[in-house]
Amino acid sequence: MEFSFIPIILSLKVAFAAVIIVTCFSIPIAALMAKREFMGKDVVESIITLPLVLPPSVIGFMLLYVFGKNGPLGKLFEQWFQTRIVFTLAGAVIAAAVVAFPLMYQAVKVAIEGVDQNLEKAARTLGARELKVFFTITLPLAINGIVAGLVLAFARSLGEFGATLMIAGNIPGKTQTMPIAIYFANEAGDTTQASILVVIMTVFSFLVIYGLNRWGKRSQRDRIPKGGTS
Amino acid sequence: MLKAHFKKKLPTFELEVDISLSDGILALVGPSGAGKTTILQCLAGLQTPSWGEIKIHDKAVFASERSVDIPIRNRRLGYVFQDYALFPHMTVEKNVMYGKPQKGSIPNKVLTVSNVLEMLKIEHLRNRYPNQISGGEKQRVALARALMTEPELLLLDEPLSALDQDTRSALQQELLKLQAQWQIPFILVTHDIKEAEMLGNQIIRLEHGKQQEIRKLNKAQ
Repeated sequence: MEFSFIPIILSLKVAFAAVIIVTCFSIPIAALMAKREFMGKDVVESIITLPLVLPPSVIGFMLLYVFGKNGPLGKLFEQWFQTRIVFTLAGAVIAAAVVAFPLMYQAVKVAIEGVDQNLEKAARTLGARELKVFFTITLPLAINGIVAGLVLAFARSLGEFGATLMIAGNIPGKTQTMPIAIYFANEAGDTTQASILVVIMTVFSFLVIYGLNRWGKRSQRDRIPKGGTS
Repeated sequence: MLKAHFKKKLPTFELEVDISLSDGILALVGPSGAGKTTILQCLAGLQTPSWGEIKIHDKAVFASERSVDIPIRNRRLGYVFQDYALFPHMTVEKNVMYGKPQKGSIPNKVLTVSNVLEMLKIEHLRNRYPNQISGGEKQRVALARALMTEPELLLLDEPLSALDQDTRSALQQELLKLQAQWQIPFILVTHDIKEAEMLGNQIIRLEHGKQQEIRKLNKAQ
């Protein structure tokens, strides 16, 4: 059988899309959870973290229920956009985003909580509104944690298997991402295809994580130079 | 100018404050944990008193009975933190510029960053980052940053406690000079009675949240 690059491209598409979605949701939610007290906060916190501990098959099952043909969101999508989520790449993106979300959320929340509150208070005494405080003080000082979260979320999205298989299926050229292609190639005895994908996946994951870590360190060094006369 | 009469419940005691200040420097002196910083934070709006009223320029910024609680950013006061709280990811210049009022919002004074940097003798540090300058320099930057907002009242939380004796004496003189130049009241928290006597026109000694002694010193302004 000839080697196909399509699973790699699909995987990258899924991982990038999932990371974008996760970033958009996790930063405001983490900021809210880090800064505000409200009733039922612990319950919300537990729900957010749940995908981290649930088996992927449970998540896949839940997603099928919610986004399925008769599921509440599945129906909505069908009516509004005339599209389906199940057995499409969108389903794979949703599955990847759901499992990657808690990782990004935790990293961002810890980073935001780690920003010296006196600096935020100082910004307020200097006339800054809450949004300005957040974008000029909190976020830039939390950037390393956010980068760490991005790395984890990307890696988790790239490697997502169980929930993706359940909601997006294994349609070659359409929803067959790398981990799924590896599984089915191996099942079918096509070890060449499987091993090439395994090597690519490993090397690529390594490079992404290594590169982002390096970037995180360098950007910190650039922003806050060390040394001097103090 | 500033009139504050309020109470604040704290875990171990109740803070009772009754201060009035029109000009000069008010020194709040007392041991650690006496409630000095809490007073400043209540005035600034970083903490909320349990009861009472705070007026700046006859305008109530806090009044428990009328549910007035003006947000910090609209109280028009400068705050210098004990650890300076300089933004580590910004240069000295960006730090000082952070609170600069937008053009046209305050018509009476026109301040440029260069004026303020020059006044505090930190112009040469413009492009340095906070962790590249000394403690005394950090203090000057923190002062410059607070003054840049053109405040009507300046609050200083133990501004000199982390500095060595020489820097400290120099900055004490500098503070007196700045106050005379700026013509706005300062409230200064310190645990050093000598420093309070040297800088304050009015001294309030605080113990367990109660004002034990109030002294007015007659000094040539």
